[in-house]
Amino acid sequence: MKQIIFSQIEGKSTAYISWLGWLAAFAAAGLGAMWYMEHNGHWVTGMTNQIVWGLPHVFAVFLIVAASGALNVASISSVFGRPLYKPLARLSALLALALLAGGLMVLVLDLGRPDRLIIAMTEYNFKSIFAWNIYLYSGFFGVVGVYLWMMMEQRMNRYTRLAGLAAFIWRLALTTGTGSIFGFLVARQAYDAAIMAPMFIIMSFSFGLAAFILVLMVISNGTGRPLGDAVMGKLRNLLGVFVAGVLYFVTVQHLGALYAPEHAGIEDFILLSGGIYTALFWIGQILVGGLLPLALLYHPVTARDRSMTALAAAMILVGGFIQVYVIIIGGQAFPLLIFPGYEVTSSFFDGQVNAYTPSLAEIVLGLGGVAVTLLIVSVAVKVLPFLATSLADEDIDPDYVAPPEPEEAQEEPETA
Amino acid sequence: MSGTTQFTPTRRALLTGAGALAGVTLAAGVTLISTGATGATGATGATGAAKAVTGPATSKNRWGLLIDSNKCDAGCEECVIACRTEQGWQGHGRPETDPQWIRKVNLKDKQTGATHSLPVMCQHCENPPCVDVCPTGASMQRADGIVLVDKHICIGCRYCMMACPYKARSFVHEDVTGQKQYMPRGKGTVESCTLCVHRVDVGGIPACVEACTEKARHNAMMFGDLNDPDSDISKELSKRVTTRLRADLGLAPGVLYQGL
Repeated sequence: MKQIIFSQIEGKSTAYISWLGWLAAFAAAGLGAMWYMEHNGHWVTGMTNQIVWGLPHVFAVFLIVAASGALNVASISSVFGRPLYKPLARLSALLALALLAGGLMVLVLDLGRPDRLIIAMTEYNFKSIFAWNIYLYSGFFGVVGVYLWMMMEQRMNRYTRLAGLAAFIWRLALTTGTGSIFGFLVARQAYDAAIMAPMFIIMSFSFGLAAFILVLMVISNGTGRPLGDAVMGKLRNLLGVFVAGVLYFVTVQHLGALYAPEHAGIEDFILLSGGIYTALFWIGQILVGGLLPLALLYHPVTARDRSMTALAAAMILVGGFIQVYVIIIGGQAFPLLIFPGYEVTSSFFDGQVNAYTPSLAEIVLGLGGVAVTLLIVSVAVKVLPFLATSLADEDIDPDYVAPPEPEEAQEEPETA
Repeated sequence: MSGTTQFTPTRRALLTGAGALAGVTLAAGVTLISTGATGATGATGATGAAKAVTGPATSKNRWGLLIDSNKCDAGCEECVIACRTEQGWQGHGRPETDPQWIRKVNLKDKQTGATHSLPVMCQHCENPPCVDVCPTGASMQRADGIVLVDKHICIGCRYCMMACPYKARSFVHEDVTGQKQYMPRGKGTVESCTLCVHRVDVGGIPACVEACTEKARHNAMMFGDLNDPDSDISKELSKRVTTRLRADLGLAPGVLYQGL
């Protein structure tokens, strides 16, 4: 194994510049959508007093969950001491920070009063998991920032493992916090389950790694840097394990809920009778986000094909987004059970399945957050050396064995 | 006076302890105290005139409602109209996003077919989940059990709406007009029934109760001090079997229903 060399990308091509232009345009459009929503009030969105958290929260939670998972590659290198992952660690930490920034942007800009962000920073109620999350999210920037510094500054390299361990523990706490936003909601039949926190952690492993693989492949293709089979094989296998893990947790979540008659209504709604939510669950979350990617990642024919790995990663992201949509929107669409055993009617939509259609402004705000994430990554890899110049097997794989040289080549020294 | 620490210290201590375990120790304690103080100031500040009359809210009182669904008429909306007029939460003709601090709910027993009608508003829980989840402490509880939103520090995250089992809260989806001096409202913040705190603090009763008694003459609603054994509401409660909505959640609402 050779010394790993990191370098910036050149970033002078027309394609790169126009890519940045598109991202900036989407980010600006996101800000415009925020202005439109805040100026008019939230009635111009699809959100209501029944569906109080809408598409922006789906984007935000999805990006924040993926953020902590994107750090896993770095953790495998620093905490679990796998040298093959070391050349990927910087990009992994960068992507984690960028995803969190994009997610938080959407979350904050959808507040009823985003101008009061300073209040959220100064007035705390420590019984609130949201207040904990403000610390967990801002702390994540600090901890991962220091971790990146330890990795990128040669004199500080000896502290990399310690910083990596701190970042790993922090990211587990962060995703526990995100899952607990829902897990602690005792009032709603769709949530109120301790399994939410560990399920969000395994979801983060899966979404974060899928995002990382796609970013890595795009950058390697775009810059012509070699990407060896050894690293791709490891990442692909790991992704498959994580996807299976998500399916396992989803199974346990629903089996656990099905066991209690109190949850029978919401389970029937999501699994059987919920119309769009049932379709999204089975087709989007389970098939597109789980079973099909598993087949693509492990079937002997498709496993060797990198474009199939990329397709699987993209499907995991789409399915993951749908999973968060089903959790957040589907969970609110089902009516609150205030009067068990009664048929309920009121002027406030009691007892009714609540309708929700996301507005264009919400979609644009969410995409703005994605654009900010990609913009941060795209600019950072040009400014600082986040990427190894080569991820070819012979350059980074400690177990690399050179293939036997051809016959005539072996005979060459004798004839010389 | 810290309204958020008056009730069920054990559960609250447990949650606060969990916060401390999560690594938020000294700063947590300091901020918690200051947040409680801010909330309390906001509450009395909103009813500044009342302070001079009755002094700050104390845990000597526990204000509550008793609602008799047998007396409540399915077609009657007087309590809702009175609340809307008193607090100024007129809608914009958009039922999905218009606020509703109080609503009439009609029920039909799935097995027996028996019907009930009753108003549902903020249940002013002893252990309010909306207060627990609010990140800034805007959602707060006075010492006398009234649960309020401090509109000045609400950031509009709507987590309290997610946490409320009764759908009692509304988000202000658009510009507000016709605000009452005693009831500040604002686009982008969350609001709900205040138990007419501005009336209660000067010895009055909530507008909904007044309307039910004097206008509709149904006498289906009673307001009073649950802590005072000699109050009319306490005497009624001691004689009748009453129900708390979602009693299984252990929130100990201050609103009790009879006839369910």
